[in-house]
Amino acid sequence: MMRRICVLFVALLTLTGCGFAGAGGGAGKGESITVAVVSNPQMQDMQELIDRFHEEHPGIDVRFVSLPENESRQKTAESVSTGSGEFDVVMISNYETPIWARNGWLRNLGPDIARTPGYDQQDFVPAVRKALSYQGNMYSVPFYGESSFLMYRKDLFAKKGLSMPPHPSWQQVAELAAKLDDPGSDTAGICLRGLPGWGELMAPLSTVINTFGGRWFDPRWRAQLESPQVREAVRFYVDLLRKYGEPGAAAAGFTQCLNNFAAGNSAMWYDSTSAVSTLEDAKSSKVAGKVGYVAAPVERHPGTGWLYSWSLGIPKTSEHADAAWKFVSWATSKHYIGEVGKTLGWSRVPPASRLSTYELPGYRKLAGAFAKPTLDAINSPTIEHPTAKPVPYTGGQFVDIPEFIDLGTRVSQQLSAAIAGQKSVDDALAQSQEYAATVGASYGGR
Amino acid sequence: MSEIAVRRKGKLGTSIWAIGAWIIGILFFFPVLWMVLTSFKTEADAYSTTPHLVFKPVFEQYASVFSSGIGPYLVNSLLATVVSTALVLVLAVPAAYALSIYAVRKVQNALFFFISTKMLPIVAAIIPIYLAARSISGLDNIWTLVVLYTGMNLPIAVWMMRSFFLEVPSEMLEAARMDGAKLGQEIRHVLLPVVAPGIAATALICVIFTWNEFFFALNLTTIRASTMPVFLVSFITSEGAYWARLAAAATLASIPVLLAGWFAQKQLVRGLSMGAVK
Repeated sequence: MMRRICVLFVALLTLTGCGFAGAGGGAGKGESITVAVVSNPQMQDMQELIDRFHEEHPGIDVRFVSLPENESRQKTAESVSTGSGEFDVVMISNYETPIWARNGWLRNLGPDIARTPGYDQQDFVPAVRKALSYQGNMYSVPFYGESSFLMYRKDLFAKKGLSMPPHPSWQQVAELAAKLDDPGSDTAGICLRGLPGWGELMAPLSTVINTFGGRWFDPRWRAQLESPQVREAVRFYVDLLRKYGEPGAAAAGFTQCLNNFAAGNSAMWYDSTSAVSTLEDAKSSKVAGKVGYVAAPVERHPGTGWLYSWSLGIPKTSEHADAAWKFVSWATSKHYIGEVGKTLGWSRVPPASRLSTYELPGYRKLAGAFAKPTLDAINSPTIEHPTAKPVPYTGGQFVDIPEFIDLGTRVSQQLSAAIAGQKSVDDALAQSQEYAATVGASYGGR
Repeated sequence: MSEIAVRRKGKLGTSIWAIGAWIIGILFFFPVLWMVLTSFKTEADAYSTTPHLVFKPVFEQYASVFSSGIGPYLVNSLLATVVSTALVLVLAVPAAYALSIYAVRKVQNALFFFISTKMLPIVAAIIPIYLAARSISGLDNIWTLVVLYTGMNLPIAVWMMRSFFLEVPSEMLEAARMDGAKLGQEIRHVLLPVVAPGIAATALICVIFTWNEFFFALNLTTIRASTMPVFLVSFITSEGAYWARLAAAATLASIPVLLAGWFAQKQLVRGLSMGAVK
């Protein structure tokens, strides 16, 4: 018996040796870099095409650590903030980039960009480029970008004799939702996120709060979540969802709304511009070719979409910074975008990172309906001035402080409970105000 | 009440209990069945709003999971599970023996100390553990996980094994001693055969806890030492639904634990019911 156990143990150790080599996959290949990515479809495409990079750079082996958004964020923040050097490339967003750059955790990519012929920094969508810069230098480069706009079913609008204004107000959207809502045929008037999470419910709701004239903090960091404007905005959002929203809205995030809208179960959807890759793909969507796109609805403050970009940065602790930059510059190049289009299909191209993407004939053919609304939304000048009244922060759908991940999530839990009907909007906002006041106090707000 | 009426009432009661047990069993089993069925569907079928129980099975999801490099994760999980469970048993059996057979002073304090280590939420300790692992170059090292998993399961194993040892009649051990058995012989030939079902139950609990452990694996590994739960979450995406592929990966990840439970089934039933009837 003992002999059998020993044999099994040795076999396991041997296998582990093979396993390590397999995971590394690069024994004898030269330099090896570890890349942390979020497991979204576009990043999975990147992993599928990695052999193209290996062909161009045979001396560099790329190993991916692919995790869902929250886990990836936690893992990379932990590793980079403690200087552990586990990753040579990290996938972060325009929320982390300026904060991490200010903390000295990221390599300044300015010199790398300058010495790379044909990389063309000016080709990046200007708003995205700015959002990924700190003190005039880019600290991460965009893999893809997104903003928010309103999507609507042209066929349902035509059937009911309705028309969508190019720049609708939220009141107009509510009126349209009331006319289009048809529970009998499983069609909700509008789909909106209600799932707790700073990147889920708070993303669209923050832009609604902004356009209603609300804000998270005043210039002296005093919490403003019980102001009349915020109260009005949240009541509007909650009422709209409860009356004409999708069933189970309190548990619906981006993915659920995407499935709902793609299955033809909603007449309108206000969400990320990145949804188009799925919606316009006839294999995964029943509404391909039937969707119209207009600017994010407004109320008082104009132009209130969000701006978000998944981008690639190099931690300062990387011991393979040159190899890491070769990979980063490949994955964010014009050449890569063309490669995705030709190999995997134009609907899978990472959108809104480069202006030249919208000049590619294959992509233009596909993106005719949504290219302009996407670019207009992303270039809307609201990120630095997201609200009607002055604020001490930037960011359309977030507050650019490290505490916001926790604050935004806690507030979203309260507001999601209001959407579910478990508590009143007033109670949810009173609790949210307490959370925000605690965070504001650490910045001097009293 | 006549004897027939009493018997009929007893039969009715048994039937109600049986039906209740079946309903609860089906309720618990249904998500597992759904997972397995979904793994054989296409992505479009998987999130169809009118789910189908009858469909043409496809194997593309399994092919996709296998082509994602499942091997190293599987081996790491097997190594961490087998070695840490073996270590737990090697340490827990003598500890439980000492705490049950011999009159150890302040045994309750010792037992409380063991279990108190489980009271601190792991998330509260992760930063010190992470920094400690980093300072000994233990990040992304499977042996770091083995040590942590051993520590994680040891208190439960000691408590479980102690309850099994307490079931052994002291007369049996005294008889062995009177026959001249030494401590090692007493444990090997008398005690262990009696508590074997208990050891099997304890081992299986440790295997399940270790196999499914996610938090340490996520935080302390990157590439070389990542385990199955980390592999599994790489199929979860916040943009788009890949339920069929996720279900295929989850089905594959469940198989080793199911096999372990199946092999240990006979011992397990005896082990889990030990102490239930005295």
